[in-house]
Amino acid sequence: MNKILFSAVSKKFVMALAGLFLLVFLPVHLGINLMLIKSDPEPFNTAAHFMATFPLVKVVEIVLFLAILVHIIYGIILQIQNWRSRPVRYAVRNKSETSAFSRFVIWTGGAVLIFLVIHFFNFYFIKLGIVEGDPENFYSVAYQLFAIRGYVILYWVCFLILGFHLYHSLQSAFQTLGWSNEFWKPVIRVISLIYAILIPAGFAAIPLIIQFFK
Amino acid sequence: MKLRLKIWRQKNAKTKGAFASYDLDGVSSDMSFLEMLDLLNSRLVSEGKEPVAFDHDCREGICGSCGMYINGYPHGPVPGLTTCHLSMRYFRDGETITIEPWRARPFPVIKDLIVDRSAMDKIQVAGGFISVTAGAAPEANNNLVRKHSSDLAFDSAICIGCGACVAACKNASAMLFVSARVSQYALLPQGRPEAKERVRAMVEEMDRQGFGNCSNTGACEAQCPKQIKLFNIARLNREYYRSY
Ligand code: SF4
Ligand code: FES
Repeated sequence: MNKILFSAVSKKFVMALAGLFLLVFLPVHLGINLMLIKSDPEPFNTAAHFMATFPLVKVVEIVLFLAILVHIIYGIILQIQNWRSRPVRYAVRNKSETSAFSRFVIWTGGAVLIFLVIHFFNFYFIKLGIVEGDPENFYSVAYQLFAIRGYVILYWVCFLILGFHLYHSLQSAFQTLGWSNEFWKPVIRVISLIYAILIPAGFAAIPLIIQFFK
Repeated sequence: MKLRLKIWRQKNAKTKGAFASYDLDGVSSDMSFLEMLDLLNSRLVSEGKEPVAFDHDCREGICGSCGMYINGYPHGPVPGLTTCHLSMRYFRDGETITIEPWRARPFPVIKDLIVDRSAMDKIQVAGGFISVTAGAAPEANNNLVRKHSSDLAFDSAICIGCGACVAACKNASAMLFVSARVSQYALLPQGRPEAKERVRAMVEEMDRQGFGNCSNTGACEAQCPKQIKLFNIARLNREYYRSY
């Protein structure tokens, strides 16, 4: 059993599955966020309320948190094992032609995690009652945050980094799940690129639209 | 050409190694990289010094014995070449060349540039075979193989087990090697009966030897002298899932 759950291939499988779930969740989140553009706070608040209360969403929420947790824990385990597998390092840095998005994926992941913590403090913990605020009016919370220039810049930087993370992740998940061959590999790369640009750009555009068109 | 060589010298697995510098002139651009080292060694021997130990055998890119980490590249900076095939014309006169052994936890240094790669042999022994009853050669047309499959199987079977993929990988993962060995059998009907046990046994042995985990970075593919492709690893993953 241990062999199945913790073999080099299985660890990656778990990592990829959890990651894929998060990749599916992002467009949903973006869809709701796009309602922020409307000057009427109702649709957004209703959607947020629905996400917070609808029973089925509750189940998905648990899975989501499990996915985040598993993705992080497995990521850290894999990384530590990988560092340990070369105790004596090379004097000359490896110059092999590889993608920087892939080489630095653990760091882009770490940056995304930091943003996630900030994000939880701003929204999710209000809902849980850990942080003070009105859980029924996330619309105005978002507007208050987007009015802070420093926050918006941080927000953009985080989504740029998320884009880097996603570009590697989507391709990598396909490869790990075994869905790649000489024909599909370049196709998957293009799909990953499109995804990695569209999703972060969508999020990043919202504060910009609010600033300029309101 | 005149070269400055910085070479990793280490007496044995137990002692600590260090770089030593050598100035070597009289190198011809027609020499292979190993011939250049032969020249250095003949000088060292005539000076009564210990020659640099390095692995080599066929010197024609087929045995997988040679291999060193040259200026940040396993097998040197030219894609698709083993160290023995690497020509000195790819280097400039006066260049400093840093030569290190493969570095990975499962590859302890034996001496200077020679590392112990028996971890890879153990993976091979764990599943890299088919069990057939020996006898007269079977009728060639009994087992029909699609041209495409046979081409892919051949492309992965040309892995020479040199370990450059491990040396290049930032995680010292052996996935490219194992994927080539699994693919070469998985793609052919003769390999199918034992496919499940094979992939599990080889992955298990790979883990036991302490190789790192693949992070789909592709340094292995970039450095493999036989240009084994990364999608073999996707096939290895598929084979592994299908075995359960
Ligand atoms: S996959 Fe390539 S680099 Fe790795 S052992 Fe085989 S031939 Fe060498
Ligand atoms: S010596 Fe045989 S492959 Fe280089």
